[in-house]
Order: sequence, then C-alpha cells, then structure tokens
Amino acid sequence: MLDSKSHPNRLGIWGWLGGGRWGVERYLYTLHRLTGLGLLAYFLLHIVVTSGRAFSAAAWTRAMSQVSGPFFKVGEYLVFLAFCFHAINGIRLGLVELGFAVGKPIEPVYPYRTSVDVQRPLALAALAVAFVLAVIGTISMWSD
Amino acid sequence: MSTKFENISYRIRRFDPERDTAPHWEEYRVPYTPGMTVLEGLWKVKELHSPTLAWRSSCRMGVCGSCGMLINGKPRLACNTQIAELSSDTVVVAPLPNFDIVRDLVPELAPMFASHQALMPYVIREDVEEREHPTNEFFQSAHELEHYLQFTYCIKCGCCMAACPTFATDALYSGPMPLGQAHRYNSDTRDGGFAARKQMLVGEPGPWRCHYAGECSRVCPKGVDPAKAIQLMKRELVFDYLGLHKTKCPANVAGKPTDGKRRDNIPEAPPHTV
Ligand code: FES
Repeated sequence: MLDSKSHPNRLGIWGWLGGGRWGVERYLYTLHRLTGLGLLAYFLLHIVVTSGRAFSAAAWTRAMSQVSGPFFKVGEYLVFLAFCFHAINGIRLGLVELGFAVGKPIEPVYPYRTSVDVQRPLALAALAVAFVLAVIGTISMWSD
Repeated sequence: MSTKFENISYRIRRFDPERDTAPHWEEYRVPYTPGMTVLEGLWKVKELHSPTLAWRSSCRMGVCGSCGMLINGKPRLACNTQIAELSSDTVVVAPLPNFDIVRDLVPELAPMFASHQALMPYVIREDVEEREHPTNEFFQSAHELEHYLQFTYCIKCGCCMAACPTFATDALYSGPMPLGQAHRYNSDTRDGGFAARKQMLVGEPGPWRCHYAGECSRVCPKGVDPAKAIQLMKRELVFDYLGLHKTKCPANVAGKPTDGKRRDNIPEAPPHTV
C-alpha cells in the first residue's frame, strides 16, 4: 500500500444503515443481523434459565417464577416476531445465495435492471409469509 | 430540481493531510448551467473559490472510473451525474466511504486493487506458452461469452465497495468488485483457474460474508451487478463442494483457417492517405 498520511473513513456499523437512501434489501440485511443477534441472546438466556433444572426442582420453579412477569411475556413475543422474520428471510437468503432468483448474466442496457429487481418478488413474498406467521402467532399468544 | 436556478451550492468534505487532523465541510456557490454535471461543478469550485480542491477524474465520460464520490448520500461517478437529477439545489460531495482519505475527495483505492490482484483477475491456463505467445484465438461461442460479458464492463470505480455494508464493517472481506471480477474469470470458458482462485476465496475474503444487501448492484454506474456475480460464484463453490461442478477444460486454440477465400463482392481498401 502507498505510504500516505490518509484519514480513516470506514463507515463501520453506520454502514449497515447508510445515509437513508438505500433499497429495501439493505434494511432486510440489517434487520436479519439484528434479529439474529436477538435470537442468539435469547438462546443464551434460555440455556442459563433452563439449566437450573439440573440442580433441583425448587431451583427450576424459582427460575420459572422469575421469568413469568409481563416484561418477559413481551420479550418472548418480540423473540417470536424476530423468529418469524429471521426464519422466512433466511429461506429467501438461502435461495438467493445459491444463485436462484437472481437471474442470468445479461447485457447491461440502461436503465439497468439488476438481480436485486429480479429477486424483489421473492423478498416481498417472504415478508408477506413472515407477516402472516406473525399475525397467527400474535392471535394465539395473546388470545388466552 | 427546477433548472431556473442561476447558482448552486456545493457542500464539500475537505481534508488536507498536511494541515487537518479530521475532515471538515466547506460550502461554495457556483453558477449553474443546464446539463451541468457534478464534475463540471467541481471544476467551477476549483476555478472560482478553492484552487487546492483535489479529486480524481480523467475521461469525464464514465469510462475510466476515477471520479467515484459520495454525491448526495450515494456513491456515483461525478462525471456521470447531472446536477438536475439530484432534485436539490445543494450538491453534497464527500470522498467514497470505506476507503481512507488521501486528500479532499481522493480515496485510497490501493487496498481494493490489492484484493483484486489477490483473486487473480486474468485468464489462467496450463498451456502458459500459448497464453503468453498466442498462435491463434481460443474457441468461444457467443453463448459462452454471455456467461461473463456483463461482468467485464466493470471500471473499478469503487462505488460498489463504498455502498457495501459488509465491507463497511469488515476490512478483510474482499468486497464486491474483486469478487465480481473473480467470478468473471471463473465463468470464462478460456480460463482454467477455478481451483486456484477457490483457495483464495476461503474464509473472510471470500463471498460468504455477502448477505445480499444488493447495494453494490444498485449503485454500479455500469450495470455490472456484482451481487449477481457473487451469488452465482457461491453456487459454483457449493456445486464444487458437492462434486457437481462442471469442470470445463479451458477452450482449445482455434486452428488457422486453411480454405478461406475472399468474397468477390468486397471492394479493395482505399489507398493510404498518410
Ligand atoms: S472521469 Fe472517467 S469515469 Fe468519471
């Protein structure tokens, strides 16, 4: 690399969101990462809480009573919403990353139609399925 | 933007490595003429206000790829962007993000070219003698050409790298340009370098960090669609892992035509004038 007194300009996490002039897939990308981190945090908490059962039945009952308040109910609901999005969007990403739904190489003629436009119906369908799943889950979670 | 404006504002992110510790913004007013490009405006700023303003440009027709900048929040070519299409009477110009700033609007592109070079963006063949001193052209059908033609239009401007959210957080990731170009050669039937390139595509620098934010393809000024190239490359790598990759022998050298005859209805070339 050249030896110059250059100034660092990497966007870092801010680059996930950019300047707000981006397409829907960038926000799906960011949401996929955030929901993934949320689900990971939930799994870690889940393992810690449920591992109490290994010590005694009383420890298990105590742990369960600690996570039964409305705060945790809302938390569980958010985990469920994150799951709906992450699972369905993950299937879309699996398909796209295996080269399905992005189209074949074409001669670029202006105005360019990119693979992002080609896979857009799949992205919208994935969002619709995630939404339907979330509605069904919401009804069954909050109706009792 | 209405073209009734007589003047236009330029907000430019400036950085002088000799004087400044951090970049800062400066604003200038320049006369607007219909059809004016962002690059022409920069020349006006240099001419009328700040002779020290630095940027890269050469061809001023979207061919050389040197004038990539962040223009009103989006990586674009300054010569290829008309001020009228920005729908604003203020043009905000900053150096391409995700690259160090050398000075003002000049990004340090050397790391991008180092990644590009590492992925061997050239035809690799075992018959080195033929490659270096070709006796004739290699056989390739028009259909085979279509597999990679789109990716050959890349002008290495770096706009895709500036837009990529993965490259924004991961300096080890090769980024859309080098990966797209690796796929361009992988899918060229004259090339036999898939196995060699595969070694370089393992781990962080490889395509697996791409999760299809799609920004590289959206900002590419030439319609190259690096995101498509990267996903197609992943498919090839998965097929290869499963033992399903079609190993094509690099195309053969075409023999010299032996029975070619000139058609009689083709006129002779006119005599040389110089
Ligand atoms: S000056 Fe060559 S691409 Fe803009």
